[in-house]
Amino acid sequence: MEKQEFNITVYTENQIGLLNRIAIIFTRRKINIDSLNTSPSEIESIHRFNIVITESEDVVRKLCRQIEKQVEVLKVYYHTNADVIWQELALYKVSTDVIAEKVSVERLLRENGARAVVIRKDYTVFETTGHREETDNLISILQPYGLIEFVRSARVAIIKDSEGFNSKLREFERLEPGEDVIENEYLNQGQKVFSM
Amino acid sequence: MTEKSVKSPVELSGSQALLDALIIEGVDTIFGYPGGAIMPIYDALYDYNDRLNHILVRHEQGGIHAGQGYARTSGKVGVVFATSGPGATNLITGLADAQIDSTPLVCITGQVFAHLLGTDAFQETDVINITTPVTKWNYQVTDASEIPEVIAKAFYIAKSGRPGPVLIDITKNAQIQKFNYEGYTPCNHIRSYRPKPIVRPQYIQQAAELINQAKKPFIIWGQGVILGSAEQEFKAFVEKSGIPAAWTILGAGAIPTDHPLNVGMLGMHGNYGPNVLTNECDVLIAIGMRFDDRVTGRLDKYAKQARVIHLDIDPAEIDKNVKSTVPVWGDCKETLPMLTELVERKVLTEWHDKFKEFTRQEVEAVIHDELNPTSDEMTMGEVIKQLNELTKGDAVIVTDVGQHQMVACRYANLNKTRSNVTSGGLGTMGFALPAAIGAKFGAQERDVIAIIGDGGFQMTLQELGTVMQSKVDIKIIILNNRFLGMVRQWQELFNERRYSFVDIQSPDFVAVAAAYGIGGKCISDRADLQPALKEMMESKGAYLLEVMVTKENNVFPMVPQGCSVSEIRLK
Ligand SMILES: Cc1ncc(C[n+]2csc(CCOP(=O)(O)OP(=O)(O)O)c2C)c(N)n1
Repeated sequence: MEKQEFNITVYTENQIGLLNRIAIIFTRRKINIDSLNTSPSEIESIHRFNIVITESEDVVRKLCRQIEKQVEVLKVYYHTNADVIWQELALYKVSTDVIAEKVSVERLLRENGARAVVIRKDYTVFETTGHREETDNLISILQPYGLIEFVRSARVAIIKDSEGFNSKLREFERLEPGEDVIENEYLNQGQKVFSM
Repeated sequence: MTEKSVKSPVELSGSQALLDALIIEGVDTIFGYPGGAIMPIYDALYDYNDRLNHILVRHEQGGIHAGQGYARTSGKVGVVFATSGPGATNLITGLADAQIDSTPLVCITGQVFAHLLGTDAFQETDVINITTPVTKWNYQVTDASEIPEVIAKAFYIAKSGRPGPVLIDITKNAQIQKFNYEGYTPCNHIRSYRPKPIVRPQYIQQAAELINQAKKPFIIWGQGVILGSAEQEFKAFVEKSGIPAAWTILGAGAIPTDHPLNVGMLGMHGNYGPNVLTNECDVLIAIGMRFDDRVTGRLDKYAKQARVIHLDIDPAEIDKNVKSTVPVWGDCKETLPMLTELVERKVLTEWHDKFKEFTRQEVEAVIHDELNPTSDEMTMGEVIKQLNELTKGDAVIVTDVGQHQMVACRYANLNKTRSNVTSGGLGTMGFALPAAIGAKFGAQERDVIAIIGDGGFQMTLQELGTVMQSKVDIKIIILNNRFLGMVRQWQELFNERRYSFVDIQSPDFVAVAAAYGIGGKCISDRADLQPALKEMMESKGAYLLEVMVTKENNVFPMVPQGCSVSEIRLK
């Protein structure tokens, strides 16, 4: 099976040590995590991880099952890039003098969808969000003018075809698991959203 | 600390709350070893001595293997105490063993005071991070008030779903700290934890259809049947369907060895027929087993012709190694009766005859000579055969790792479930002696016989001290071939007999046992075998019997590493 980028979404309890438990599942198989983001979700006390790896679907499915096996993990989904809307945030720090002197700042901002976050006498910080190529593009433009510092966030992704996790959570809070809690690939063959 | 003269009736220390929780969870035996960081718990234990039986082991590895042995024979959760740092790290082998063999354990480790965490304090080790890959769940308690809830979760997680080891690390301040104890409520639900997937009747239906159409169906079962206490349900399924059934070593004993539909052992040193016919069956029904590579051999040549029905409680096992045609998620105690209901009664004479024919060939090529040797030297197989006659298949057999393990698993008669205690997934030498101690506490009314190699015995022989002190009535058989036999076998077969560091010298085991006050005997003549075994079985208390066996005997059949199960060698 061909390798491609997969977006793994993990809903978890907010628990110390869980990041390690999840990371071990990847390191044990010598799989490199391209991007990892974790933050509180829209639901109180539940965290959401976005993990990006390049692997075959078969491997990704097995990984997801291992992740979902962890006690504090509520649910794991995986999607190809086509199934999600995703963004990364990048910050660029450049010398204000240089930039003011040499570049048409306005054009630069407009053409790259960038925004000046801070303008100080000594430096200016720009911000863009977008896919990797888009944020990379601004690096190459700014590089000749002495990019002082650059940082990029992990990927965040929203699943296109999903009802969100809120409704699922109610099932989890019930004592007996409801029918749609433990779905699987076989029963969901007809649906676009993969869920185990 | 303020000195309160009147203690409110609900004020307990963390240590007392812990011991209280254990009692409510039905714990009767704890295996452990004290130390500075767990002293408050041991201090509290002093007052609970009448209700909690603590067994002082000689090494924490011995403690955890004993906990495993206890869990395997009793079906309950094994409980282990260890101190921080070296005490906790000595548990790692046992945790890894329990994790891979799905053994329910709750291990309690002491930890330095919370304010010292992360400072490299004396005997501080990052136990949570070290044990994360080898536990089903772990948690560090830094405040006494967390203890009741955390212990309740620990037991629930250890024993529910696919069981496994749980470790709770408790800082010393939390053990000492007094808090308002509001009682203990066992746990039966955790929001993020689904111990069992829901059973899907449509899959049961599909599975039954496949089985009913099959001409050459074959059942392979593992420990899931035993862990799910589904032995009766399994037997009913096998008997109604009339399908030949073979076992993995951890599944041994779920139905009796001499059951007419039990066709033997699978895997690297399994029986000839079950291995070869795996590649001939049309429907393969895998129940509570995980297609370990020791069972499947080369995966790309494993049962390719068969449609696979996989029953398992752990969704992550389905399709992990072998792609299933019909996955049956669920607890086999629930799914098997549903399947039994739908399967037709069948007589599969021709198919059974194939197994019989392979058995005949295996007896002729291997089994007959192994069990009835003509040379002067004894074989491991004949020892097991003689033992069977004395135990009548009713004993618990605990094995270590190596040739003797494979021989014992192949030839021991097991009439009852929970009779086979062995280290399957991790293959831990040094497992058997401590595991036998625990096994005896888990099944006090049964005979417990440990079968151990001369190499493995020396890995944990200090536990003879535990046997002595706690008067554990176990029988120990050392099958001494004066080699690290299994490694030597590989060197003989695959490394041109380059016997690199497998020649192992041993002390006078009988004298060692005697030093611990344990009776014993060493024999090397066949004529002594039966009387010695009899003496062992009839002796009161622990007994060690050393049997000198052929030095260079090999365990056959064998599926060489990297070969397909149908390439199994008879010699
Ligand atoms: C802790 C550990 N170390 C090493 C091994 C590798 N190993 C597997 S079998 C074996 C030889 C066992 O020899 P012995 O205990 O004498 O039993 P025999 O095979 O002779 O019956 C070894 C070294 C292991 N399984 N476990």
